[in-house]
Amino acid sequence: MNGEFAIKARGLTKRFGDLEAVSHLDLDAPRGQIYGFLGPNGSGKSTTIRMLCGLLTPTEGTATVLDTEVPGDARLLKPKIGYMTQKFSLFGDLTVLENLQFIAEIYSFPKADRVGRIDELLDRYDLIGQRKQLAGTMSGGQKQRLALACSVLHHPELLLLDEPTSAVDPQSRRDFWAALFRLAERGTTILVSTHYMDEAERCHRLAILDHGVKVADGTPTELQASTGMHIIEVRADEPYNAQALIARIPEVASVTQLGVRLRVLMPDSVSDPIAAVNGVLQSAGLPANATLSSATLEDVFVAVTLEPQKAAA
Amino acid sequence: MNSLSRILAILRKEVRQLRRDHLTFGMVVGLPIIQMLMFGYAINTDVRNLRTAIANQADSHLSQQFVAELAQTQVVDIVAHVDTPQALEDLLRAGEISIGVYIPHDFDRRVVDSTRAAIHLLVDGSDPTILGVANQLRAMPIGFDTSGRNKTESLQVEVRPYYNPERRTPVNIVPGLMGVILTMTMIMFTAVAIVRERERGNLELLINTPVSSAELMIGKVVPYILIGMLQLALILAVGRLLFDVPVRGSIVDLYLAAAAFIAANLSLGLLISTATKTQFQAMQMTVFILLPSILLSGFMFPFDGMPKFAQWIGELLPNTHFIRLTRGIMLRDAALGDLYMEVVFLVAFTLVAMTAAAMRFTDRLD
Repeated sequence: MNGEFAIKARGLTKRFGDLEAVSHLDLDAPRGQIYGFLGPNGSGKSTTIRMLCGLLTPTEGTATVLDTEVPGDARLLKPKIGYMTQKFSLFGDLTVLENLQFIAEIYSFPKADRVGRIDELLDRYDLIGQRKQLAGTMSGGQKQRLALACSVLHHPELLLLDEPTSAVDPQSRRDFWAALFRLAERGTTILVSTHYMDEAERCHRLAILDHGVKVADGTPTELQASTGMHIIEVRADEPYNAQALIARIPEVASVTQLGVRLRVLMPDSVSDPIAAVNGVLQSAGLPANATLSSATLEDVFVAVTLEPQKAAA
Repeated sequence: MNSLSRILAILRKEVRQLRRDHLTFGMVVGLPIIQMLMFGYAINTDVRNLRTAIANQADSHLSQQFVAELAQTQVVDIVAHVDTPQALEDLLRAGEISIGVYIPHDFDRRVVDSTRAAIHLLVDGSDPTILGVANQLRAMPIGFDTSGRNKTESLQVEVRPYYNPERRTPVNIVPGLMGVILTMTMIMFTAVAIVRERERGNLELLINTPVSSAELMIGKVVPYILIGMLQLALILAVGRLLFDVPVRGSIVDLYLAAAAFIAANLSLGLLISTATKTQFQAMQMTVFILLPSILLSGFMFPFDGMPKFAQWIGELLPNTHFIRLTRGIMLRDAALGDLYMEVVFLVAFTLVAMTAAAMRFTDRLD
């Protein structure tokens, strides 16, 4: 049986004592796509991933991963998924080759194809020069490539990646994403958590998590089109003072400084946001230029994580 | 079949890691040797050369004869002659001497009068071992006793030390030391081996693979069984070569007993690993088990002499039973069959600890 979704979760909740780490999460991750979890540290990304692969028992709710109930039938699931932990979790006192061999043995990868598969991975993830090196002595980028190689060795249908790029440089991140796209093209479903906007933008779909609650989900384009906010970009000579003035406008949801520019978020119920911004700046004698802009994912993130505060106000 | 190959994979990995971990490997070999040398040479309950001072107020021929005989026993080492018992007390308090011998001026008359003490021994009783030695000195016959009353009146008890006629301490220490060393290394290595993987995050990776908890435990424990056997061989060899400790019983029995004991300790190590989060905690727990295993197992002090409560605790420790087995097999030529209750305990202990560990070890993080 092959459902349309690799992951289906309903009302998934995890409480640690009084802390609700994940709260009533619904999730539908289509097969063969890269699904992103975007959220700050402590937003429940890792906890959700751990529940999905059966490492943590949900306090409430259900999850079906690759047509398998978790955590109940997690044993059946394990051969079909690959998991890359946030922290490097391979053996630092084994060489690259030994780590790969160990993983191949653990997954009972057919003996005849083992050497070929390992050579293929060493080549693809650019680890041929490191094959005899102890994994613990490698750079962050190399460790990350080894971790990815180990998690995909057994051709998993679903790959769960918990902040895989948090410890590597931008070039390594680019290479890493290229590798993810190649895997997705071949039919692997990938669930990846991140707190980088540019990475979230590359996902086919993503869910934004904030304090354990899913505050938005959809494709990046959908999310950018449905912020419910005007995005105003302001160029001002004195951005710091301008920011203070704009923040005082009651309708303004958020002001963020980006160099000499300010990005202002205002609900789209406001009829003339440009006039409102220009008004306060001109009356204070600050020369400025305000224009409407389209939402970036960062604006989306700011807008959706504001919601609870706005509701409370 | 896959299960077996997974166990072998873990086993191979453990051995590879162990080979690179020079510190642990050094401990495996170094610890038994160092402990053997330490306990074998340093610990000696056969006390000699206690520093002694004499206050001989009698200064008679008989008293001088007595002092000379005292010196000949080699139990005491006469370091000073003083005039008064007060001077003896001063030396005792200053820690200069362990025993003060006061011979009153009417020593010759007291010797023949059994109602009065002929000699006063002032002993540093804060050390029970020294006190015990002083008590032995009481039994020393005083020569030139013309009446012969002391000899006839004192009850003659002859002690014949079986199994260790020369009364050498290592003969008693080494069989017990095997248990202490194995307790220490086996519990610590298994507990740390698993907790270390949890600390480094390896466990999170492992439990997401098809490896089951049982496979993981077996794969991790088997190398340490072999290490335990290696240590046992090492201890026996050192005991034989340096201290001439005999193995009077069957060596096969000894290894079988050791196998049961190692299994008990490894399961205890596994249990500790499920209850601790850091290597440091695992070490502390190991010491927590190790101390009573040294003190209450009959290794240091005779088991029968301990208070009942301490004996109950001692009975729960695998080392207590193993020491009975090793002393029995090595020194008294006992067969495993003679001591089957001890083996039954070790096997039962293993089963209980293993079950508890397996129940506590989950393949989840919560």
